[in-house]
Amino acid sequence: MADLLNTIIPNVMSKPDELWECFGQTIYMVIVSGAISMVFGLFFGIILTATSPKGVLKNKVIFNILDKLVNIFRSIPFVILLTALIPLTRMVVGTAIGTKGAILPLIFGTVPFFTRQIESALAEVDYGLIEAAESMGDSPWQIIFRVYLKESVPGIVRAMQITFISLVGLTAMAGAVGGGGLGDFAIRYGHSRGQTDVTYVTVIIILIMVSLIQSTGSYIIKKTTH
Amino acid sequence: MIQLDHIVKTFDTGADKVHAVSDVTLHIKSGEIFGIIGFSGAGKSTLVRCINLLERPTSGTVTVDGKVLTDLSAKELREARKKIGMIFQHFNLMRSRTVGENVAYPLKGSGLTKQQIKAKVRELLELVDIAEKENAYPSQLSGGQKQRVAIARALANDPKVLLCDEATSALDPQTTGAILQLLKHLNEKLGITIVIITHEMAVVKEICDRVAVMEHGNVVEEGDVFSIFAAPKAGITRDFIRTTSNLQKIEKLIEDKSPLVALKPGEKILRLNYIKKNTSEALISETSRKFNINLNIIFADLEIVQDAPIGGTVAIASGKKEDIEAAVEYLKEKNVGVEVLENG
Repeated sequence: MADLLNTIIPNVMSKPDELWECFGQTIYMVIVSGAISMVFGLFFGIILTATSPKGVLKNKVIFNILDKLVNIFRSIPFVILLTALIPLTRMVVGTAIGTKGAILPLIFGTVPFFTRQIESALAEVDYGLIEAAESMGDSPWQIIFRVYLKESVPGIVRAMQITFISLVGLTAMAGAVGGGGLGDFAIRYGHSRGQTDVTYVTVIIILIMVSLIQSTGSYIIKKTTH
Repeated sequence: MIQLDHIVKTFDTGADKVHAVSDVTLHIKSGEIFGIIGFSGAGKSTLVRCINLLERPTSGTVTVDGKVLTDLSAKELREARKKIGMIFQHFNLMRSRTVGENVAYPLKGSGLTKQQIKAKVRELLELVDIAEKENAYPSQLSGGQKQRVAIARALANDPKVLLCDEATSALDPQTTGAILQLLKHLNEKLGITIVIITHEMAVVKEICDRVAVMEHGNVVEEGDVFSIFAAPKAGITRDFIRTTSNLQKIEKLIEDKSPLVALKPGEKILRLNYIKKNTSEALISETSRKFNINLNIIFADLEIVQDAPIGGTVAIASGKKEDIEAAVEYLKEKNVGVEVLENG
């Protein structure tokens, strides 16, 4: 087996430790920035929905500011965001390079995307349910938690699924600030040194990660849709 | 129970203003079933939403069970709403919750223990006759079953008022009948005041005690259902009644010169409308005997509204001219509306 692998993917087999380390960096970046982005994205998505002109806590000022901010950050290409945020990253994390330095830009790149996804998931909730909850004497916050969030669990999971998959893609660019990860590994060896087998192996690993996210999400969606 | 005073609701749609409800004053008594009928866009849905302030009126006051809702704070209003149940055309059940959880929804924070809530849910589901579906999800139910669950949910906090917004409009006629019977039963058993919004006169005829007819944001006619049916004043009311009665068909027959209404000289086609609660008297045969004329009934359309027959008959009268005239006078004295539709 080892012989076979040595023949077909020699360049990968010569540096398994490095591959392993890069894989760890990708996982680290996806989980840490993903978890933080989920919290903020969910929060902003709820605020956008609640303060919208048809929301339960209408507020033009908050809605407009948040809406514009999301648009601005969504329109900045991630590679530019990575470098543009260097001063802020240095202030918050203490360093702007390495895997840690990539976390903040990843969050800034993911939160606006996830916020929009959550906003559209919550918009799927039938307005009749909101009206029914109001008629039963629910307060705006009760409506947010007991109707909007509870009723759109499948939609929220779907949003998480899409966001995590796009986050895996974003981490590949973290190499630009020395963040490491599988994308960086593939560029350094597969692209720069022409070790094609490295590229293929990283692609396969990322493909497996994406499939896992996809199937876990689909399983939860199936279980929560009635 | 419900007092609406000079309710005005205007929607600002940017360029122009839409007067959904303009100056409506209504008093709905405790324990009655009150219908509000109108075509779409008449403002009836907006008006019913003004009762529990889902829509806040632009001006006017809403009083329910002695509380002036329009003066309450947001928190007090939420408490007051718990005593005003509401059901909807599309049921508005929560898809992620089972039937039991849907009914338990408004009981959260009511101070009941889990056990008490469970017992209450059971009792409510039995009341609306759907106890066996407690653990099903709404997507597994038919329309009629969904509406029963919605009614159980609306009754969870023992409300004094139940608002029904087109509650049977998405149901087939048979299911509509069953749901209306259930509402009537709840009204009698619990003494709950029911407000029904509908565009179907058949619904009003079936269970309402009183009715208000709405057009262009105004109440154009209001009264007990029998008198409205017997003697509609507004044009729109007549339009609505026509939708439930066959008596108007005669005009079409006459126009088409149907052999059914071909007259011999001296004969007259009469339309007799029973407008007072006295149809039980054998008026047709009595008139026929007394004035020595024949009354050949072409068709009749009689319904029971509020325990009294209403409707009328279309008949061809034949006999001596003065006898027929005397008979017409006699019927009018007996409070029968008589129209001569055609002279032979």
